[in-house]
Amino acid sequence: MSAISPDNSVYVSRRRRNVVMLSVSSLALAFGLFWLIWILSTLLYEGGNALVRLSLYTQMTPPPGADGGLANAILGSLMMAAIGTLIGTPTGILAGTYLAEYGRQGWLASATRFINDVLLSAPSIVIGLFVYTIYVAQVGHFSGWAGSIALALLVIPVVVRTTDDMLKLVPNSLREAAAALGCPTWRMIMFVTYRAARTGIVTGVLLAVARISGETAPLLFTSLNNQFWSLNMNAPMANLPVVIFQFAMSPYDDWHRLAWGGAALITLAVLALNILARVLFGKNA
Amino acid sequence: MEAQAAARTPIMKPFVTEARSAVVPADSATKLQVRNLNFYYGSFLALKSISLDIPEKRVTAFIGPSGCGKSTLLRTFNRMYSLYPEQRAEGEVIMDGENLLTSKQDVSLIRAKIGMVFQKPTPFPMSIYDNIAFGVRLFERLGKRDMDERVEWALTRAALWNEAKDKLQQSGNSLSGGQQQRLCIARGIAIKPEVLLLDEPCSALDPISTGKVEELIHELKRDYTVVIVTHNMQQAARVSDYTAYMYLGELIEFDVTDTLFIKPSRKETEDYITGRFG
Repeated sequence: MSAISPDNSVYVSRRRRNVVMLSVSSLALAFGLFWLIWILSTLLYEGGNALVRLSLYTQMTPPPGADGGLANAILGSLMMAAIGTLIGTPTGILAGTYLAEYGRQGWLASATRFINDVLLSAPSIVIGLFVYTIYVAQVGHFSGWAGSIALALLVIPVVVRTTDDMLKLVPNSLREAAAALGCPTWRMIMFVTYRAARTGIVTGVLLAVARISGETAPLLFTSLNNQFWSLNMNAPMANLPVVIFQFAMSPYDDWHRLAWGGAALITLAVLALNILARVLFGKNA
Repeated sequence: MEAQAAARTPIMKPFVTEARSAVVPADSATKLQVRNLNFYYGSFLALKSISLDIPEKRVTAFIGPSGCGKSTLLRTFNRMYSLYPEQRAEGEVIMDGENLLTSKQDVSLIRAKIGMVFQKPTPFPMSIYDNIAFGVRLFERLGKRDMDERVEWALTRAALWNEAKDKLQQSGNSLSGGQQQRLCIARGIAIKPEVLLLDEPCSALDPISTGKVEELIHELKRDYTVVIVTHNMQQAARVSDYTAYMYLGELIEFDVTDTLFIKPSRKETEDYITGRFG
């Protein structure tokens, strides 16, 4: 009898093992999704009411018992995230370019890659304390700048890593083809490999922005908080994560509601960034 | 121009490699003179004392089994290996009286004079138009009209104009594999090189596209010196005027294509082309 038949014992046991493994992985998937959906639905349930009120976006963080919103915190978060991204993105892209295009195999590149990976997984509170020590303690006050620096330090390793990875995905044949036309390396990078890796690099930047928009620990030690509408980067600056932290820990119901609203706002913004990254990436992949 | 070229490079005399078969392309001047070329990947010696003369405005084919060094030889002509620090070449590749392998040579200029098309089509991630304009802009400042003309000229020469003229602004990746390869050839000739190196240009193409590229090679040799590496012996026989057979990093035989295929002077060559080996 041929070995290839439906009741072949090797085949039957292989099929049985397949069913078992498939059930286990489906269960794991359901387990993970269960918590995620629970978190999202709780956030929307608790924060949804606050989210749809206009005052959330127009009024300042209130003292206990008064009505108010998160306008100053939203502004502060946007400003610090924007400046952090503006500092971190070019630095990260340039460093990643060095790693992928110039360094490649040298000891400097492998050392940088290693240190960058360490930085990538460093707890953000360490970054906050670091900026506190080298900047806040030196100038003597908390400030928006300090917060931006801390956020930039979180952006850099993410962008370095994705830029490096995405440029390494660009086939070498494309580099050779550009070189074969007599193209200098810098021009090849600017016009050929960056273009080829563009969506990946942009995705990395968006993911970095998503990451820093929810970070509390580094801002707690750097920008702290501010009850008022302030555009002064040299003064303490309000921001959503720290406000959420303070309000959620308080005994006041009004503050709790605002904290839920802020949490839902951040989550939806991060979700939107992730979807945007996915759409950008999906289009060219 | 013609007279100059003749004065510069004497009519080719038979050049004998290690007392082996003679090169007798007496009807043409020499474009590239290769002398005692050794090539190393790290410490591995991939080309062993290669000497041959590439005739001008002719098609020269390199054949041989995988790993024989034919692509490596091609890549020394435009200093492609210089991109990789662990690769190096010794000896001479002389064009217009200058050794291209010395470190004082500007590799960008060499590569502009000696264009290359690769095994897999490599369109840049930009429009068809820009794929061609990219290379031209490296060396020339052309106005819009001149650039349009140059793009049309290059695409026409590469037999792609009719298929591409209505979608010049579309991505180069939207073309089929065969069209992409012709786009790469157009890109290569748009900067007006003197030599065109083709590294297995048809190995990723279907027979119809291969036919088009082969016709194109016939056309190109009127103005360019063409060197082609191919796995396909029939292709070498169809398109080339001269053929070099290489094996394990050595040049075994180099002769007029018809002679090499019909009456090879060395046993190894005969074994290879008759399929008894490799």
